[in-house]
This record gives sequence, C-alpha cells and structure tokens, in this order.
Amino acid sequence: MRQFPDRRPAGEALLDVVDLKTHFVTERGLVRAVDCVTLSLERGQTLGIVGESGSGKTVLSRSIMGLLPRNARREGKVLFEGQDLVPLSARDLRDIWGAEIAVVFQDPMTSLNPVVKIGRQITETLRHHLRIDKDEADETAIALLTSVGIPEPKRRFNEYPHQLSGGMRQRVTIAIALSCGPKLLLADEPTTALDVTVQSQILDLLQAKQRERFMAMVLVTHDLGVVAGRTDEIAVMYAGRIVERAPTYTLFTEMRMPYTESLLASIPRIEHPSHTRLRAIPGRPPDLVNPPPGCTFAARCPYAQPRCEQEEPPLLPAPTPGHTFRCWYPVGTPEGREAFERNLAEGRPQTLAAAQAGPA
Amino acid sequence: MPELPPEPPTVVPAAGVELAIEAVTPAPNAHDNDRSAKRRLGVMFWLSIAWIALVVGAAALADVLPLPDPTDPGIAVARSAPGEERVLGADSLGRDMLARTVHGARVSLIVGFSSIAAGLLIGGAIGVLAGYFRGRFETIVMGAMDVLLAFPALVLALALVSFLGPSIGTVTLAIATLSIAPIARIIRASTLTFAQREFVLAARTLGAKNRRIIVSEILPNVLPAALSFALVAVAVAIVSEGALAFLGLSVPAPEPTWGSMINEGRTLLEQAPHISFVPSGAMFLTVLSLNFAGDSLRSRFEVREGRL
Amino acid sequence: MSARFLGKRLLQLLPVLFAVSALSFLLLNLLPGDPTIAILGPSATEENRAVLREELGLDDPLPVRYVNWVADSATGDLGRSYVSNQPTLEAIKQRLPVTLELLLLSQLLALVIAVPLAILAATKPNGVLDRVSTSTAFGFLAIPNFMLGVLLIYLFAVRFRIFPATGYTPFSENPAENLRSLALPAITLGVAELAVYLRLLRTDLIATLQEDYIAMAQAKGLPKAYILLRHALRPSTFSLVTVAGLNLGRLIGGTFVVEYLFALPGIGALTVESIFRRDYIVVQGTVLLVAVGYVLANFLVDLLYGILDPRVRHARVAA
Repeated sequence: MRQFPDRRPAGEALLDVVDLKTHFVTERGLVRAVDCVTLSLERGQTLGIVGESGSGKTVLSRSIMGLLPRNARREGKVLFEGQDLVPLSARDLRDIWGAEIAVVFQDPMTSLNPVVKIGRQITETLRHHLRIDKDEADETAIALLTSVGIPEPKRRFNEYPHQLSGGMRQRVTIAIALSCGPKLLLADEPTTALDVTVQSQILDLLQAKQRERFMAMVLVTHDLGVVAGRTDEIAVMYAGRIVERAPTYTLFTEMRMPYTESLLASIPRIEHPSHTRLRAIPGRPPDLVNPPPGCTFAARCPYAQPRCEQEEPPLLPAPTPGHTFRCWYPVGTPEGREAFERNLAEGRPQTLAAAQAGPA
Repeated sequence: MPELPPEPPTVVPAAGVELAIEAVTPAPNAHDNDRSAKRRLGVMFWLSIAWIALVVGAAALADVLPLPDPTDPGIAVARSAPGEERVLGADSLGRDMLARTVHGARVSLIVGFSSIAAGLLIGGAIGVLAGYFRGRFETIVMGAMDVLLAFPALVLALALVSFLGPSIGTVTLAIATLSIAPIARIIRASTLTFAQREFVLAARTLGAKNRRIIVSEILPNVLPAALSFALVAVAVAIVSEGALAFLGLSVPAPEPTWGSMINEGRTLLEQAPHISFVPSGAMFLTVLSLNFAGDSLRSRFEVREGRL
Repeated sequence: MSARFLGKRLLQLLPVLFAVSALSFLLLNLLPGDPTIAILGPSATEENRAVLREELGLDDPLPVRYVNWVADSATGDLGRSYVSNQPTLEAIKQRLPVTLELLLLSQLLALVIAVPLAILAATKPNGVLDRVSTSTAFGFLAIPNFMLGVLLIYLFAVRFRIFPATGYTPFSENPAENLRSLALPAITLGVAELAVYLRLLRTDLIATLQEDYIAMAQAKGLPKAYILLRHALRPSTFSLVTVAGLNLGRLIGGTFVVEYLFALPGIGALTVESIFRRDYIVVQGTVLLVAVGYVLANFLVDLLYGILDPRVRHARVAA
C-alpha cells in the first residue's frame, strides 16, 4: 500500500485556507461566490460551515478541492500539508483527490453512476490510487462496505445504486470516500437529501470514521442542528464571506453576529408553545455580482445602523480565543442592544419581526 | 423506486421526417450547455432568415420578375454553362436555369409549407388530445400512428400518385399524410411533459374545463417548441418533395421542380454539371437555412436548467 | 432479462404487422390497373383474362382474399409475381442481402466516424472541433440523399474514376468489387446518419458530463479518459441506440432512392419496380417484409435498452 507520510512540520495545520477568492465569469459579470475566506483545520478536527443556499458554502468546499467549472477563477492559497493546491495542475490534483482529500456529496442518488455496479465504483478508486490487483480491491471494497454498516456486503457489491435505499447509498459514498485513507474529508450537505431518521445515523457514522482514522473533516450544511454536537469549530458563511467563526460551544453561547442569532432563532424548538410563529429571516441574500456597499447582511439585519450600510465590518476578535466575527453592533454588547432598541423605536420592519415572533 | 430513463419508443420514424427532427431536437432530458453560443439569435440565424426571405420573395414574385418562361426551350444554347449566355446557364433543352430554379422554388415552398401546416393541424391536434386525455383514447390513436409510421412511405406516396395523378396537390397530400404521425408523436411527448405539471393540476382544481385548460395552459407551452421544429420539418418536406420529384412522382414536366431538375441533369454530369448543381445548391441553402433557423429558435425556447 | 417480458413485447407488436399488411392490401387492390393485362399482355382475350382472374382468386371479395393471403404467408407462400411468375419469396431472398449489406455498411460507416468524433467534441464543448463538426453535421443533414448521391457520382465516378457509378457485384463473386460497388451508396446513406448520430451522441454526452456522478468520479481522482469511456459513454448512448436501431428497421423500406440512383438490385428497387409494373403481389410481400423489419428493429432496441441500462432491466422484472 502506498504510504502518505505526514509531510508538514510539527505544529502546522493540515489545511490552511488563506484569503481564498472564487469568482465565476458569467454574462452578467463576475460572481463573487467566495470572497476572501480564511480558515484552518488540524487533523482530527471537525469544522462546520453553515450558511443558507447561495451563501457560497458548496463553492467553498469545491474551491478547497479545486473541482470547479471552466469559468471559475481562484485566488489566494489553499495549503494542504504545507503545499499550495491552487497553482497545481489537474494531473497533480488528481493524485490528491480521492487519496488524500475525499468528498461526500449531497445527493447519493445522483452522485453514484446508475449504470455502474456499486462494487466497481469503490474498487476503481482503490485500483487507481493504490495500484492493487482486482482480487485485493474486491476484498477491500467488501470490507469497506461492512465497515460503513451495510449488511450483506457481498450481495450489494454486485448491485446497482437504484437497488439500495437512500441511506445505504450514502453509506456507499462514504465508503468510497474513505477507501484510500484520506487525511481530509469534505462532507457537502451529506444528510440533506436523506430521511430525517437516517440523518443522524449517517452523521454518527461520519463521526465514528473520523475518530477511527484521525481525519480532518469539514461538514458543510445549512442546518445548525447538524453541526451542533458534532463539530469542534463552526464558521458561518454569508454572501461568500465568513461572518463569524468560533469554537462550537462559544458560537452557541456567545454569538456576536446578528445573522448567526437569526439562524439560531429560526430553528423551531419543541419547548415553544404550539402555534408559535416561525421566525424566518426576511429578505434574500444579496446579488453576488454587484454586492451592496457596507455589510452584506445590513438589509436584513435587525440591528443595522447607517454605518453598516456604508462601511464593511472587518473580522474582529471576540473575548474568547478563536472567536472572530464581522459586525459593528454585535449581539450581546451594549452597542448592539442600543442599536436594536433604536431600530425598534423607529419601527424598522426587520427588527419588529425579530422582536415579535416568539422567544429566541 | 428505480428511476427509469425515457420510455423506449415503440414507433419507427418515417422516411426522414422524424429522424431529422430528432437530430436537431434532442431527447427531453438532454440539454445543451453551450451558453452564449446559442442563446442569442446570432448572425447565422439572421443570414438564414435572409435567405429564406429571398427564396420566398422570388418564388412569390416569380411571374412578375423579368425572367424568361421556364418551360420555353431554345432560349439559350443548350447546356451552356452559367455566365456564358444566361446568369445560371441553360439546361439540356436550352431553358433558362435561373427561371427554372425560381419557379422550382415555388413548388418546393408551397409543398413544404402547406404540407407541414396541414400535418401540424391534424397531427398536432391528435398529439395534444392523446397527451392530455391519455387512457384508452391515447392507446388507440397512438397505435394508429404506429401503423402509419410502419407503413413504407414510398408505397403510400406511389399509391396516392397512381390514384390521383401527379400534381402539386397530390404531392402535398402525400407528404402531409406522412408527416402526421411523427408530428403527433412529438407533440404528444411535449404535451405529456406539460400536462403533468402542477399548473395544469391547479387549473383543474379551480374548475377549469378541459377545453379551456388545453387552450390556455397547454397550447401556449407546446406551441413555441412546435413552431420551431416545424421549420425543420418544412426542410424535410422540401427534401421529400425533391426525392419524389427525382423519381418522377411530383409535378410533371415541363413544370420545373428542384428534384426533377436534379434528376434531369444526372446523366449530363460530365458535360454540364451545372444542370444538377444549380438546383442542388438552391435546395441545399434553403434546407440549411430552415434547419438552422429552426434549431436556433428551439435553443432559445428551451427551458434551461441551471447548474450549481 | 425476462424472456416473458420480451415475448410480451413481441405480441404487442404483432397487431401492427397485421394492420400494416391489411392497409397495404387494401390500398394496393384499390389501385387502378388490371393485373391480368399486365400478365397476359394487352392483346389477351376477355375469356383468358376471366380464367386467369378465377385462378388468381381476383374475383373473391377483399376480406376473403386478405385472409387467404395471410394464411398463405404464414406458410411462406407469398404468391408469385404477376409479371415474372417468380415466387415472391424467392425474389425477396435474392434482393434482401443487397439491401442488408448496404444498410450494414452505411451504419457501420456512420458509427465508426460519429462515435469517436462525438466523444472528442463533448470533451470541449464549443471548442474548435465541436463547432466544426456540428456545422459540418448540419451541412450534411441539409443535403438530400439523392443530391449527395449525384454529387458523389460526379466526383468519384466521373471526375476521379475511383468507384463505379452504378452496378453491383455480389460478395461471393468478388469481395473487393462488391465493396467498391457499394462504397458510394453506403457513403450516401451513411452521411446523413452520421450527422444525426454525431449530434445525438454529442448532446447526450455533454448532458451526461454535467451529472453529479461525473463530478464525483473526478473528485475520486480518476483520469479523464477513464471517466469518459467507463462512466460517461454508456448512459449517453440511449438516444443513439434507439435511433440507430430504428433506422435499421426503417431503412429497409427507405433505401429506394439510393438503390435507384446506383442501380442496385435491392428490396427498395424491387418494391418500386413492382408498383410501376402493377405487380401488386410482390409489393404486398415487400411491405410485409418492411413491417417485419420494423417489428424486429423495435424488439432489438428494447433488448439493447435492457442490456445498457440496469434500471430498466430490474423494473421489468419487478413489473
């Protein structure tokens, strides 16, 4: 088996994303899907990236990998084990894809080839990267199927994707991702397309595998509930930027960015009385071709003040180490509270909506 | 539940019509990713329209234009090449090629447009009704279309010509009849995709009668695509007329049609190739323009699915 | 794959056979022209003609004649030509190989060129190769086959005497000559098919390449050529298979123009000659043949679908 020695000098993160920008060249103009993102991840750690549709979270995970369509332009650095992936050629990237960095896509029905047997979809990765012969690959694949919790692996090996249930298919894609022992796993909304009952099973599986193999994992999702108990750190994305980043517990207890607060507030809770109105975030994400000046969330923010619409807030540190955020009038601070009261008095609709709909 | 690919078709495309249409109208779930290349109607589209307009104009004004009688022999030296005496030369009987080509255009265009118009009317009605009402009606009607498609086209055409004698009307009738089945099939497929959509269900829930639903919900969706492949169908019809004329089954001599002109020039390829090539060129450009225009319109009307 | 399912399909297609043959029987017998004159010549006496009419059963009512014909056909007796008195089945047996060979060669030609070209074009949509081949395909589609035939004859038989303009040499006599004599006709037929296949496959491939599972395959680090051939190609061939398969069935009856142009003794030529000679018995036979070809082609396509797409295979078993 090929060895993937740990090349980085001690103390360096496994993944270091520095000022990553991804733009798409379209007829309407340049779409800034990922706008200056910096984050880092160590082996064995899990980073959750949370954001609504259109926030750029999927593009981010693809950008880290380098799997982007033709009209995409990347800038910045993606350091994987100290090596910058951005300038690498497609050939070199292919050596890394599948072997050192692996992906689990959202919809297992469409990410598995319907006319190719399950077995081959696993063994082809094995045979390409590890150069083992057919028999060994077959055996390894069956072992992998067992390890992800698929009963009757030998039978499933020869079946086609449509013969398996949704949850099982996702287990297969996880098996494929894990097959060559990657150091980093990018899970892009791995449970969104699955039944609720199956979701936690899959997440548990991912967590277990990660621990087993000491992998770094990036969990991309729109669902705060998914990342709540399963990540070490969470980054909240909005309009292509990271607007808040903190260790998980800190994020939930000491959040600063109003967007994060709104996201959290929009989750319906079982302890709410019946018929509590759902707290949605009014408005829509901004145009990524011509973003408005100032803070991109200002138009929907209950706390927004005139400054927010003119000056863009930089990433500021919060008291707890490892916690950064972008806001002029953050939640839980005197300035923030004043701003909220002011807006409430003025009758700003976003603030009224935030104040009305049920307890946060 | 396994997802099935498009249902295997149970009919055979008739001579040329459906095949050409299928080539330029890919299966419903295949979509082009060439964005700006085909999105806007470009230069080529307008060039095609210009040529079509030219041919239609010339054909319509054929009698008024200062052209010699296309059936008048001996106007020029027989088989003279283009440029020697007449602009496009003369044929084996000394008739003016330009005049013959223009008059031939008339036949081709009349046959092409009217046969497809009739085919669209009848085949379209059948297709929409079958696709909307489904059930036993659909099975019977599409079965009949099946039979029509399986029938060798040439035999039908020959039978009609033998019955009714060769004339422009007979040819139009033959081609119209042959176009009904493929058109019905394509329009039915198109109707099916729309009839299953929610807005139809919504209309029905609101109490709209079937007739109203068909006219105000289904037709506006089916029509644009239908019209754009109608252009392609006209091209095929023109070729079919040409083929029939080539075999002597279209309008009889001395009235010129492109197909018969090509046939006439067949034996003289060595001495006077222009006799076949002039009408060939005209037909080629016309068919190409119609194909191109139809395909551009189709690209434009196609609902585009976004990716990522 | 379930034999029962296939059997059912076959049964479904049988009514079409009957309908087609009935329709053509009706049509042909309503046509003007008295076969007895064609057989006995214009100078035959009314008496002789009446006798012949009796013999051939031409005075029986139409439905009776049809039933008789069906019964006879089932045993392989397709009647005898009014003109040559040759059993129709014989005539068909003689002519069919020519048409079949022509079809085979033209389809082969079309596929051998279209498939690799489509694959290359789909890898760079709107690239040079893609645009050139699409425009050329468009151009080919616009050339009616009789025109193309004339053009090819002019170029390759008249100007540069590489291929013969007309005539046919059977394979058994001289393979090389046989291929030479079929070259131009096969190209004529094949070119139009080539354009269609190229467009179909290229479009389907481009669509397939946008699917998630292709992105997934890329994310696994698999090489491009492998992904193209082992992941993208198979799902993209459905339209192609349908059209190619149905083409074979359709063309059996549709090669007439080419056969006429190149003077090939095939089924198409037989059909039309017979119509002109009022030899309706033979026409009836060839129409039946075409319908059978259609049934078989449909059947073949269904078979291929099952082989190519496992989802269809399993849905059938379940159903």
